[in-house]
Amino acid sequence: MSEWWTYELSDFLLFSDRVYIRLFELHNAALWPAQIGTLLLGCAILYALLRPGQSGARFVPLALGVLWIGIAWTFFWQRYATINWAAPYIAPLFMLQGVAFIALAAGPGLALPGSAKRPLGYLAAVSLLLLCLFAYPVLAPALGRPMATAEVFGIAPDPTAAATLAVLAACRGRERWLLMIVPLLWSALTGLTLWTMGAQEALVAPTCALAAGAMAVACRSADRGA
Amino acid sequence: MASTEPTRRAMLLGGTAAAAALAGPPAWAQPATAQSLIARPIPSSGEPLPIVGLGSWITFNVGNDPKLLDESAAVVAAFVEGGGRMIDSSPMYGSAQATIGYALRKLGPPAHVFAADKVWISDGARGREQIEQSRALWGIRRFDLMQVHNLLTWEKHIETLLEMKASGQVRYIGITTSEGRRHSEFERVMASRPLDFVQVSYNVLDREIEARILPLARERGIAVIVNRPFRQKDLIRHVERHPLPTWLTETGAKSWAQFLLKFVVSNPVVTCAIPATTRVDHVRENLAAARGMLPDAALRVRMADYVKQL
Repeated sequence: MSEWWTYELSDFLLFSDRVYIRLFELHNAALWPAQIGTLLLGCAILYALLRPGQSGARFVPLALGVLWIGIAWTFFWQRYATINWAAPYIAPLFMLQGVAFIALAAGPGLALPGSAKRPLGYLAAVSLLLLCLFAYPVLAPALGRPMATAEVFGIAPDPTAAATLAVLAACRGRERWLLMIVPLLWSALTGLTLWTMGAQEALVAPTCALAAGAMAVACRSADRGA
Repeated sequence: MASTEPTRRAMLLGGTAAAAALAGPPAWAQPATAQSLIARPIPSSGEPLPIVGLGSWITFNVGNDPKLLDESAAVVAAFVEGGGRMIDSSPMYGSAQATIGYALRKLGPPAHVFAADKVWISDGARGREQIEQSRALWGIRRFDLMQVHNLLTWEKHIETLLEMKASGQVRYIGITTSEGRRHSEFERVMASRPLDFVQVSYNVLDREIEARILPLARERGIAVIVNRPFRQKDLIRHVERHPLPTWLTETGAKSWAQFLLKFVVSNPVVTCAIPATTRVDHVRENLAAARGMLPDAALRVRMADYVKQL
C-alpha cells in the first residue's frame, strides 16, 4: 500500500454503525432460538469450571470448539462477509480456533482448575465468564438499542472471544496460552472497528481481553507459588 | 445543454426555490424537476453531465439487509427522479455495487443513469474479469465510465480500459485517488495517458488539487469528479455547530451541506461532485445545490475563508 502513513483507521471502515447494528439484528433473528441453547452451553461450561475434578476437561473444549466453528460459518462467512470483504479472511482463524479446541477435546482435554487451590485470579476469571454470558447481551438495551441487536455468547464473536479468554484464564496447562492468541487478536480488531465507528462499547472487548490476560498471569503466579 | 455558468433560467429557478423555502418546507425536501440541474460538458465528448452525482462509499454497503436495501433504493430513486445521472461505485465498497443493481432493477432501470465504477485488483490480468463481475452486479449493459481505483496496478489496467473503450465496452476511462494520496504519480498518469476523467478528493478545506491537478485537467481536457466533498460527513459535523454566514443567499445555498457542495461544484474545472448519503432528503438537498446560482471566484474565496476561521 503506497503512502501507508497517510491512511487513517476510518479509511478501512467499509460500513456505518447502522449497518453493523442491523447485522446483529438479522443474525439473531436468523438463528433464534439458538441463543437459548448457546447460553445454556455457557452455563454448563461455567459449572464445569466450578465443580471439583476434571470431568469437564473434554466437554469444555468440545463445546467451545463447536461454537467457534459455528461463528466462523454463520457469522463471518454468511453474515459479516456481506458488508466486509475482509471477513472471509477472519473466518479461517475462527475455524482454526474451533478445530484446535476440538483436537484438545479429542486428546488430553483442557486442564480445568479442578480441586486445586483456587486463587483470586481464578475467581475473577469465573466472574468475567459470568459477565460475558449475562451482561454482554444487555449492553445493547443499556446503550439504547433494541434487545434484538444483542450480542450473545456462542452467537456473536465478541462475547464468545471474551468468554473463551475467561475460561482459559481460569484453566491450567501450557496450551491455554496458544489458545488465547486468536481471541486476543479478535478482541483488538473488534475494539478498533468499534472505536473507528464511534461506538460507545468500543472498549468492552479489549478491556475483557486485558482483564482475562491479567487473570491468567495471576493464576499462573499463584500456581507457581503453591 | 451543458454550461459552465449558471443560466438565467437556472437563476430564476433558484429564486423560485428560495421563495418556496420561505413559504413552506425546504425546497430540497421535495422532488424536483430534472431540467433545472446545472450540467457541465465532459471535455472529451461534450456530453453534458449534471454537476452533482451520487457516491456509494460506506452508505450503500448494506449487505443483504432487505430494509436497508429498500432505503438505499429510495435514495437512488430520489436521485434519478431529481435529474441526477452519475452514480459511482467500486468493488472495494463491499456490497455497494449489488445495492445499486438492486435499486436500478427496482426502478426500471432508468436510461439516463451514468454508470461509473472502478477496477480494483492487484492482478492486472484479472481486470476484465472483475469489471464483468461489477457489470453483472449493477445489471447494466455496459459502464459509461470505468476508472482505475487509487492507481492500483494502473499501467496494466489502463491498457485494458483503452482496449475496452476502443471496442465500445466502456464509453470513458479514468483514474482515481482520494484524500490527496499519490498526487505526483497521478499527475504523471494524467499527463501521459489519454484519460477522459480523473477522480480526486476536494472540499472547502482540502484544496491541494487547485494548485496542479485542476490546471492540468483543464489543459489536457479531462473531466474532474470530486469525491468526499463533505470529508465523509466530518466537515458537516464541524460546521453545523456554527451559524450560517449572514451572506448565505449570495452563494445560492440554503443549508451548510449546500454551502459546502456549491463551493466544490462552482469551480469551473470540476465536472461533477459525488456526495454519498443514506437519506432521501439529503440526496434532494444535494441535488438542489446543482440548481440556481453558483458562487463566482471572489465569493468562493470568501466561503473558504469563512469556513477556515470556524
